[in-house]
Amino acid sequence: MTVRGSAILLLLTQGVVTAQTNSVPARKDSSVYSELAKAPKKAAARHNPLGHDPDAVAAGGKLFALHCAECHGEKAEGSRKAPSLLAEQVEQATPGTLFWILTNGVVRHGMPVWSKLPEPQRWQIVSYLKSLTPAGKSPQ
Amino acid sequence: MLATRFQIPGHRRAPSLAVRISFCTAIGLILATLALPARAQESPYIVTYDHYLEEPGSLEVEYFSTFGTQRAGKDFLAYWTEFEYGATAWWTTEVYLDGQTTFDDSTLFTGFRWENRFRLLQREHFINPVLYLEYEYVSGADKILKEIEGHDGEADTAGPNAVARKEHKNELELKLLLSKTFKGWDIAENTLAAKNLTNSPWEFGYAIGASRPLALKASVQRCNFCPENFIAGIELYGGLGDRYSFGLHDTSHYLAPVIAWNLPSDWTLRLSPGFGLNDNSHRFLLRWGVSREFSGFGAAISRLFGGRS
Repeated sequence: MTVRGSAILLLLTQGVVTAQTNSVPARKDSSVYSELAKAPKKAAARHNPLGHDPDAVAAGGKLFALHCAECHGEKAEGSRKAPSLLAEQVEQATPGTLFWILTNGVVRHGMPVWSKLPEPQRWQIVSYLKSLTPAGKSPQ
Repeated sequence: MLATRFQIPGHRRAPSLAVRISFCTAIGLILATLALPARAQESPYIVTYDHYLEEPGSLEVEYFSTFGTQRAGKDFLAYWTEFEYGATAWWTTEVYLDGQTTFDDSTLFTGFRWENRFRLLQREHFINPVLYLEYEYVSGADKILKEIEGHDGEADTAGPNAVARKEHKNELELKLLLSKTFKGWDIAENTLAAKNLTNSPWEFGYAIGASRPLALKASVQRCNFCPENFIAGIELYGGLGDRYSFGLHDTSHYLAPVIAWNLPSDWTLRLSPGFGLNDNSHRFLLRWGVSREFSGFGAAISRLFGGRS
């Protein structure tokens, strides 16, 4: 039992390390943004119901720091785990597209689904993302 | 023999190597993760699973406790510690360490479980399926009642620990987890099939849960008592007999309100008073739990082994 238990623990630890090492590829190529194009037209056309809510950006920023910054970086600049959200592709994406990506995740590439956040909270995050100034552009 | 090894420090015998390794591992993992950032957004369920897995690279350390009343026997406190790790966005793996104290009897380490959950579909659908596979090696004295299966009932936990610990279960458990989130409501249904790997029939069970945050929009400020930090719901779970006598006859069932409080300081507290619905059930189960999620745990371990993060 002791030997078997220890072996299982060892295997588990090794699996954890392997899985983690494998799940951290470089995310600098632009192909990671191709997921944005996969949003169905109907989903991409959705309007942000909180687009005119004055608190949505601030609340979305709080949610971003809580749930997204670990992988996408505190300023959404990206990291080895996840792409920058300051990229032009993200700026050009419709709110509906960003909402669709948040809802469905990109499970194959390591982004979990975030439909566990209620819809208004996902829209708040979208409001925050749309408020960001893309890299290379000066704030207006 | 194995039951003897399961005894806990402070009681009749000195702790075995297995117990010491388990405790050292647990303490080591906790210490190793104290410096990591943490995020919490957890469901309130204690028995039911929805289709949301642990975020990749995150470790959630959880402690749960169940106080159970016992009509023909002694009340008990059963507890378990979970180490839940998001290996990928579609695979979560989890180790449980179980124990229990039966009042006026003794305290025992009752075994371990290794659980895996696999997301079957890449995207969100009307219903989202997750496959659950678990191996458990527990003694007959295990009382955590994490799932109710077959003809489980109050009488199974009535015997003295000295007798119950001599029995061992070497069990494989399969579940199909189905869930959906709709207008803030999380609705989940689990179907369970379990097989003791000795010559026992397949046993079946179910769990159903529904929950909703008290507010759907997030407030601007970080706050402890904001309504969106509280998720309330209800669980219904019980056994469905076995291969030879499938159905509700001679089974036990529970209805349990649940509430979770997700604190901005990254801790989650859960509370669930459960009520037995028939004569085979414990009259009352009070469950509570505390958990903390550590983001970046996998990266930290990877660095420790010389990997890149």
